[in-house]
Amino acid sequence: MDPIPVFAPASPLAHALSALLVGVFAVLVGIFLLVTTLVIYMIVRYRDRPGAPEARQIFGWNALEVTWTLIPAGILAVFSVFMVAADRAADPLIPPGRKPDLEVIGHQWWWEINYVASGAVAANEIHIPIGKSILIELKSADVIHDFWAPELGRKIDAVPGHPNTLWIEADAPGTYLGTCAEFCGVEHAWMRFRVIAQNEADFDTWQRAQLAIPPAPSAPDALAGAKLFADKTCINCHSIAGTAGNQTVGPDLTHIASRTMLAGEAARNTPEELFRWLKQPDAIKPQSHMPDFKLTDDEAHQLVAYLEGLK
Amino acid sequence: MSQIVEAGVAPSLVPSEREGLLAWIASVDHKQIGILYMISAMFFFLIGGIEALVIRIQLLAPGLHIVSPETFDQMFTMHGTTMIFLFVMPMLTGFSTYMVPLMIGARDMAFPRLNAMSFWIQLFGGIILYFSFVAGGAPSAGWFAYTPLSEKAYSSLAGVDYWILGLACVGIGTLAGGINFVVTILCLRVEGLTIRRLPLFVWMTLVNSFLMIFALPLINAALAMLLIDRFFNAHVFDPAGGGSALLWQHYFWSFGHPEVYIMILPAFGIISEVIPVFSRKPIYGYEFVAASSVAIAFLSFTVWAHHMFAVGMSHVANLAFGVASMLIAVPTGIKIFNWTATMYGGRIRFTTAMKFAIAFLITFTIGGLSGISFAVFPLDWQLTDTYYLVAHFHYVLFGGSVFGIFAGFYYWFPKISGRMLSKRLGTWHFWLTFIGFNLTFFIQHVLGLAGMPRRVFTYPDLPGWYAMNLISSIGAFMLGISVLLLLWIVFDGINHGEPAGDNPWDAWTLEWATTSPPPPDNFDRVPPVHGRRPLWDLAHPDRADEVMAKL
Repeated sequence: MDPIPVFAPASPLAHALSALLVGVFAVLVGIFLLVTTLVIYMIVRYRDRPGAPEARQIFGWNALEVTWTLIPAGILAVFSVFMVAADRAADPLIPPGRKPDLEVIGHQWWWEINYVASGAVAANEIHIPIGKSILIELKSADVIHDFWAPELGRKIDAVPGHPNTLWIEADAPGTYLGTCAEFCGVEHAWMRFRVIAQNEADFDTWQRAQLAIPPAPSAPDALAGAKLFADKTCINCHSIAGTAGNQTVGPDLTHIASRTMLAGEAARNTPEELFRWLKQPDAIKPQSHMPDFKLTDDEAHQLVAYLEGLK
Repeated sequence: MSQIVEAGVAPSLVPSEREGLLAWIASVDHKQIGILYMISAMFFFLIGGIEALVIRIQLLAPGLHIVSPETFDQMFTMHGTTMIFLFVMPMLTGFSTYMVPLMIGARDMAFPRLNAMSFWIQLFGGIILYFSFVAGGAPSAGWFAYTPLSEKAYSSLAGVDYWILGLACVGIGTLAGGINFVVTILCLRVEGLTIRRLPLFVWMTLVNSFLMIFALPLINAALAMLLIDRFFNAHVFDPAGGGSALLWQHYFWSFGHPEVYIMILPAFGIISEVIPVFSRKPIYGYEFVAASSVAIAFLSFTVWAHHMFAVGMSHVANLAFGVASMLIAVPTGIKIFNWTATMYGGRIRFTTAMKFAIAFLITFTIGGLSGISFAVFPLDWQLTDTYYLVAHFHYVLFGGSVFGIFAGFYYWFPKISGRMLSKRLGTWHFWLTFIGFNLTFFIQHVLGLAGMPRRVFTYPDLPGWYAMNLISSIGAFMLGISVLLLLWIVFDGINHGEPAGDNPWDAWTLEWATTSPPPPDNFDRVPPVHGRRPLWDLAHPDRADEVMAKL
């Protein structure tokens, strides 16, 4: 990942924004240098020196006033033209009848991702095929969130009762980081996500795997974990295809083992971190909605064995 | 003095025979009330500063757990609310309350009792807000309390209720103050002081007062609706019950943007007094500085939705609000150029007040220019809600308003206290503040471009984020030290400062025509006013402004 993502566009949408950003910054820096130079010139040249004569009393000159009114107005008029062009490029009009590719729903504090055509479901990690304009319908299940993957496109709020749409696109395969950008409560910091752009074939493979129901566990540990998943009421919030769990309060876990990160990117998805997350959610993401079930070490290990088998 | 005219008439007051603390609490004297405003604002500045330091300690390094996320959210909510409503606004109002009657040759404000009420009710609002800490938890929904996060379902504790009631009190006090200033400035000016001769600080206060009168009712109405939502399930802003989450944002920012100018216009006024006096020249383009403020005031009511470019408005709405927002740069630029031109050909005296005024020109320009990058709305889609935004508004509010406040403080302290402040310590304070401020906030522009969102209690260890946050935190501690030094400077000035005399800066407006501090009724006699600089005219009758500029 480039350290300055807004200057490292990976899509035509983001490119329009970064080009405008560079252009506008160049002008603004120029104006800043002009003002600073003038101020420094004044304070050096006209500093009070002993014995200097009284300052000439000058009251103003209208021609100069008109000049420094009109020139900035002209610069802003030019900005407006480029602004309209960038708006068109970064937020293209949606062709009539175009269905969204993805439905993304912000929850406190994770992202629900539904692939509209295929019915595939994901959470916090969005796989997209490269070179295609992806239309996202953005919603919120609770408060206002904001979807922002700076290398791929604009940011836009997920507003309850006011669905928004945005386009994202990636030119090349890669992982692009994103985050919730609107303060949405205590764990706003860990409502991060990533977009994994793949070439068409890899994306299709991923989507097919995502649609499959994972095989039932066979190892004793994992079997015990599957039972705990139901008994400990995990299924009241999480869904796993092929089980009774079908709720969307928390992320879908059908293929949790295929993800890189946990808990809105508060932790990496390793057996050790998953164990810690199950044992002591507050140590990783304090005050999140994930309850502490006071699991014994054995129970937590069994749940890890079950969940890490859900490829 | 060749000619003497009588001071502008103010309601006669029963002379107070009270002494000590009661003399202050029961006072209806604009000077005492002005000082009360400044002391309470300074107190809240310290508290808001401590909250800022807690924020910077928690963000010192990635993954820290020094305070809980809940506490962190309370800190930034209270920091923002405190600095805006309990420090910058009351501090500037304090300057206006103290100085406006003096600058227009009046004995007091038009409504002295209303003036006292304005102060006490806004202080009461501050106390209500801070009472939340012991009443179940401070508010933690951010200083603009977006719905539905601020609704009962997501903020069940009483913090938001105290926030609503506290701000409503501040709003009532501010509104009353606005009315008081308008009447005072329009009705109590001394003979000869026409509107076109008003000192620019008074001009800015006048324009500002109209902003207060029109903007504060908007937030108080919205606060009432939110309170009704929270207590009686009215669903005004609750989408789950058919309300609109975005309606709150429209109400809030239709107040909130004029509010930004309420916090900067009086600072513009201070700069417009300080730069001419210490350049030994009249303000350049008086009419343009004054008229551009009126333009800013009108435009400020037409740009609120630039705070909402990311909520998903129509292309047309984005464009309209984008262009309107850019237009504000024109009158603001006019001011910057006129202040700079005022120094041209001058004999600049580098007093501490002037140092802050010059620094203001640079730092406020940075804040103004970064503001343009939000008005160009497609850029807002990348920049908003990141640390770039945090940097932007601190350059406007700290680099603008607070530098203006410091300039005004060093300029008027001798008048208010009768004592001079140490220039040597003032120089230290200036450089600590200037370097600390830029160290804290300049790097935040880059941090925002690097993708760090605002209002996060911690952050992943992405390239550069740790180093940039560390630099910012070090700068914040420099600022903390600079504030302690300021307190020492005040203490030192009051106790050991040289006597100031009536007019230590050789300034030209009427507040310098009386003693320092002024007597209870301000003036026995006011010098005649035939132009914008009555004391200049008095000293140079052969070269009076009236003659030179044909005012």
